[in-house]
Amino acid sequence: MSRLIPRTFWQWTFAILMALGAYATFVRFYYGLGASTNLTDQFPWGLWIGFDVLCGVGLAAGGFTLAATVHLFHIKKFEPIVRPAVLTAFLGYVLVVVALMFDLGLPWRIWHPLIMWNPHSVMFEVGWCVTLYTSVLALEFAPVVLERFQLVRLMKVLKVVMIPLVIAGVILSTLHQSSLGSLFLIVPHKLHPLWYSPLLPVLFYVSAIAVGLAMTIFESWHSSKAFGRELEFPLVKRLAEILAVVLAFYLTIRFLDLFKRGALATLEQPGPERWLFGLEIVLMAVPMLLLFRSKTRSNPRALYFTVVMFLLGFVTHRLNVGITGMERGSGVQYVPRWTEVVVTLAIIAIGFAAFRWIAAYFPIFEKEKEPAPPVATALDREWELEPAPGD
Amino acid sequence: MARSVLYDSTRCVGCRECEKACSERWHLPYNDKIAAEEKLSAHKLTTIRTYGEKFSRKLCMHCLEPTCASVCPVGALHKTALGPVVYDGDKCMGCRYCMTACPFQVPSYEWDSRLPKVRKCDFCSDRAASGQPTRCSEACPVEATVTGDRDQLIAEARKRIAENPNQYVNKIYGIEEVGGTSVLMLSSVPFDQIGFRTDLPQSSLPMLTWNVLSHVPDVAIVGGVLLGGIHWVTSRRIEVAKAEGKEGTK
Repeated sequence: MSRLIPRTFWQWTFAILMALGAYATFVRFYYGLGASTNLTDQFPWGLWIGFDVLCGVGLAAGGFTLAATVHLFHIKKFEPIVRPAVLTAFLGYVLVVVALMFDLGLPWRIWHPLIMWNPHSVMFEVGWCVTLYTSVLALEFAPVVLERFQLVRLMKVLKVVMIPLVIAGVILSTLHQSSLGSLFLIVPHKLHPLWYSPLLPVLFYVSAIAVGLAMTIFESWHSSKAFGRELEFPLVKRLAEILAVVLAFYLTIRFLDLFKRGALATLEQPGPERWLFGLEIVLMAVPMLLLFRSKTRSNPRALYFTVVMFLLGFVTHRLNVGITGMERGSGVQYVPRWTEVVVTLAIIAIGFAAFRWIAAYFPIFEKEKEPAPPVATALDREWELEPAPGD
Repeated sequence: MARSVLYDSTRCVGCRECEKACSERWHLPYNDKIAAEEKLSAHKLTTIRTYGEKFSRKLCMHCLEPTCASVCPVGALHKTALGPVVYDGDKCMGCRYCMTACPFQVPSYEWDSRLPKVRKCDFCSDRAASGQPTRCSEACPVEATVTGDRDQLIAEARKRIAENPNQYVNKIYGIEEVGGTSVLMLSSVPFDQIGFRTDLPQSSLPMLTWNVLSHVPDVAIVGGVLLGGIHWVTSRRIEVAKAEGKEGTK
């Protein structure tokens, strides 16, 4: 019994969030969306779509980025961080579905798009891709579970299909990460010109790759703290370099697009839009500049905070598209209700707790048998250590 | 005959008989308080709005290429051959994309219900087949709202403008907004002064997403071939390296 009593600060935070979350869940399902959200006919999508879905799916993008790097491009030195990335992605998608169950008016019909087709709907495509990709992630993660329980036979079966699965995962991710941007292509009359762009799908896709890399760095840091392990630092440094380049590419297309559409002229208009746009750009451009400095990349702490800054920039972008940019066109102001915030925080807390629990009981991280391998050019041909796909 | 409605705001006297008839059709409560709301909601599917001396009416525009039907992931909304855009509550899962996407902000949600559905005017689709007018047209004592064939109503609207050019702005709202709507409007003042958006594109909105969605098969095929190829090339390189490495140690 004594194990259930929270002791540390974080345990208390977790316990309180769970209690509040349980009450908010009751309010949502007993009294309905009207009592549990500040959504209106004019503003039907709020925090649960803007943050839980748009950001959640993005923050889970590390799974496909790293699976492709290691299993398709055979850059095997990233092998040790594939498992944590796939686990984060899987948990991320499951939690996105949980959040959707709160947001949908009739959540038990979530399977409807699978049989009631409308190929003209972006939401239909996203629904299918997310369903399929969550299944792919479950299978990509399955070797870990099978290894834990020594189910050798099944492991062999999975190995055969692993490469097609990884390819399918990358394609599905490409499709729905970009489609989350395409969702807003149909509201040129509502979404503010600082965010509406015909390039929305491209911008969403490129930033998803960036955030996938950033989340991998973020997790490596946290895992090294939580489990007292050495950070796979040379790998993380390399990821940070790639992240800097992807971010530079993203910001280039973002600004070319803004210039071309003349959207920057709207910065003269008063209102919250220009400040939140500024915040978004600063939280992306500053980390990019910092990541190009080798001094930042060589210092784990500095690197961690730089990455967190970019993660916040990414979240700001998604919230700007989903909420800030939609307010003026809808003619209303939206501030989430406490229930919306609590449910969101509780879902995040469950994500952290689940990751920790799984990482403690399953072989997610390589054992500490040797110090992290140094990054040498020779490692590109590290065939002696070549592990089977899916490990 | 595809059903259309013409609303002439210069004739409207703001008696709200259309609102009343509509709430009777949907078995919704109607009283002075609801009448004063002047806002579409789950319990009010059409409304008269007052702008000083002027009135305007709001109801589902029944677009020729409806955005709501295009975005619905389960196909719960569709435009029938007879004109109405109708909603199937048995399919709807409540994602509310239709509400986000509708350029006229028409669909409403039953926010206070535990089993919420979308609510919107269905152009009295139960009467469409028999050619009877909508209940709001029938209830209107001054023929501000009339039901008819779209082409005939456009001709009628043009005639009214030509006969009384001083009384109307020279525009029929709904001919080209988002590719055309089945509800047409006439006004004596510019439409943005009586609550209508005049900044909507003239082309239909569903094309904006279809242009991207139609490339999904291409992405899947090209992506599959490309990634498969990359995998093959990189594995082959490792095999070759392995073979060379073995020879080297001999």
